[in-house]
Amino acid sequence: MRAGERATSADDTLVRAGRALRLVLLTALALLFLVPFYLLVRNGLASEQDITSPEWTFLPTEVRWSNVAELFRDGSVPFARSLLNSALIAVATTLGTVLLASLAGYGLARIPYRHADKVFHGVLGTLMVPAAVTFVPSFVLVSSLGWISTLRGLVVPTLFSAFACFVFRQYFLGFPRELEDAAAVDGLGYWRTYWLVVVPNARPVFAAVGAIVLIGAWNSFLWPLVIGQDRSAWTVQVALSSFTTSQVVRLHELFVAAAVSILPLLVLFLGFQRWIAAGVERSGID
Amino acid sequence: MTGAAGTVRRRTVWFWVFVGPFALGLALFTYVPLLWSLALSFFDARNTVTPTDFVGLDNYVHVLGDDAFTDSLWTFLVFTAFIVPATYVLSLALALMVNRVRWARAFFRSVFFLPVACSYVVAALIWKMSLFNGVRFGLANTVLGWFGADPVAWLSTTDPPWYWLVIVTLRLWLQAGFYMILFLAGLQRIDPVLYEAAAVDGARPGRQVLRHITLPQLRATSVAVVLLLVVNAFQAFDEFYNLLSDARGYPPYARPPLVYLYYTALGQGQNLGVGSAGAVVLALVVAVVTVGQARWFRLGAKEARA
Repeated sequence: MRAGERATSADDTLVRAGRALRLVLLTALALLFLVPFYLLVRNGLASEQDITSPEWTFLPTEVRWSNVAELFRDGSVPFARSLLNSALIAVATTLGTVLLASLAGYGLARIPYRHADKVFHGVLGTLMVPAAVTFVPSFVLVSSLGWISTLRGLVVPTLFSAFACFVFRQYFLGFPRELEDAAAVDGLGYWRTYWLVVVPNARPVFAAVGAIVLIGAWNSFLWPLVIGQDRSAWTVQVALSSFTTSQVVRLHELFVAAAVSILPLLVLFLGFQRWIAAGVERSGID
Repeated sequence: MTGAAGTVRRRTVWFWVFVGPFALGLALFTYVPLLWSLALSFFDARNTVTPTDFVGLDNYVHVLGDDAFTDSLWTFLVFTAFIVPATYVLSLALALMVNRVRWARAFFRSVFFLPVACSYVVAALIWKMSLFNGVRFGLANTVLGWFGADPVAWLSTTDPPWYWLVIVTLRLWLQAGFYMILFLAGLQRIDPVLYEAAAVDGARPGRQVLRHITLPQLRATSVAVVLLLVVNAFQAFDEFYNLLSDARGYPPYARPPLVYLYYTALGQGQNLGVGSAGAVVLALVVAVVTVGQARWFRLGAKEARA
């Protein structure tokens, strides 16, 4: 009896020590994970001298908000234009992808059709094709359409996401049929049932897929690099990359540009984290 | 009479109204490029997308005999050997700790997940220009300096190949939170009854429970995570390009397959025939790796992931 008690209390100490250790480890890792964000802000608000000073200062000696204004005044890099391009592309890609994929997902899940399985397998098959394989031929196709350096060329080829379609189909398969049956009783066809009954009750999946697509579109690099060749068609990632890989680098401007580019996503991320996490979960399991 | 047949026809029409635009676009922008690429790989297609000069397997012979191509496959293998285990262990450890921590759980989750919002371009910029800047004011070199060590030229040193440290830590930081979320979801799905039963059976909390309950229960998630990690490592381009290329171009080392393809097909000379042949070979490699992995994990026998 006594031996058992002693074991329990020893276990308790062990558990408590484990808990403390876990918290210390987590805190250390969290701080480490925040270092890159810290560097972004520190360097973005510092002067060139502060950044390149051999003596490390944890904060700039003088916080220079004027770096932001300087960035937008600098005519050598079309940064404002690239932000606008990225915003247009991200919004158009997200709306288009969600619209096309959700309609297709609903059709595949709910409208009886003899060859629906074959169509679905055709969609799934493209999931097995990595972008590494299609980016060269896609470039070939887009250039022969004359879409190089156009918004069309940057957006349209990316609108057909098999992954998004798959997520919507799986979601609609589990959607409660009663709601659609009631709509049918009211005499609604597929189209109006979809828009009036299904969409308003499926907001979580739209938010999850939309958030993932939006992040991907804003951060995407290879496709805009290949297609957006003219400066007027640069996205913000391509503009940043041209800074990083160029000969003359103005560090404070580079960092403030990166900070500005990441700001909209961080706001979105913190506001919609639940949806984004839900989107990630779907993307991994399926 | 028109009833049944009419219903079927009406449904078929509606099916295509819903699915048609998506299916058409997918066919045009995935299947057409694939077939086109396959065709180009048999032609001499320099600076042209409508070649006439059929060369048979020459492009394939060229690609497979090209040291730069085989080097890119090695680069992929080395990268995978580093990044897959590192991300697996870190994201699983983060998930296990975040799942059990009682204090500030939402905060920790957010912090580890936040880098997912960051683009590879921005991360590469921070890593190259500040964290692992080769000059004295880079953070890593500053820390080395505190211990009296000399600054290291992280990205241009090939002996020892320090650039791997830069490349691997970048992706590790950026993607660990993503996989942590997957593991957290997997952990939430484990039936608490299993843990209670283990406690009743006298399993010690910690290692025993982890080994006999948690890890086996996470098997489906682990398989998915490893598959995703390998496929994503294969597609790596953004961070390699932004870390290593500069005004003088890309150095001859650390070129993963996509970087090779980029410079072959779209760089000087625009050799789309050789580029396409390379893409086809890579597609086969991916297929073999994916199927091999699925076999290894006996994915086919598992119905659990339905």
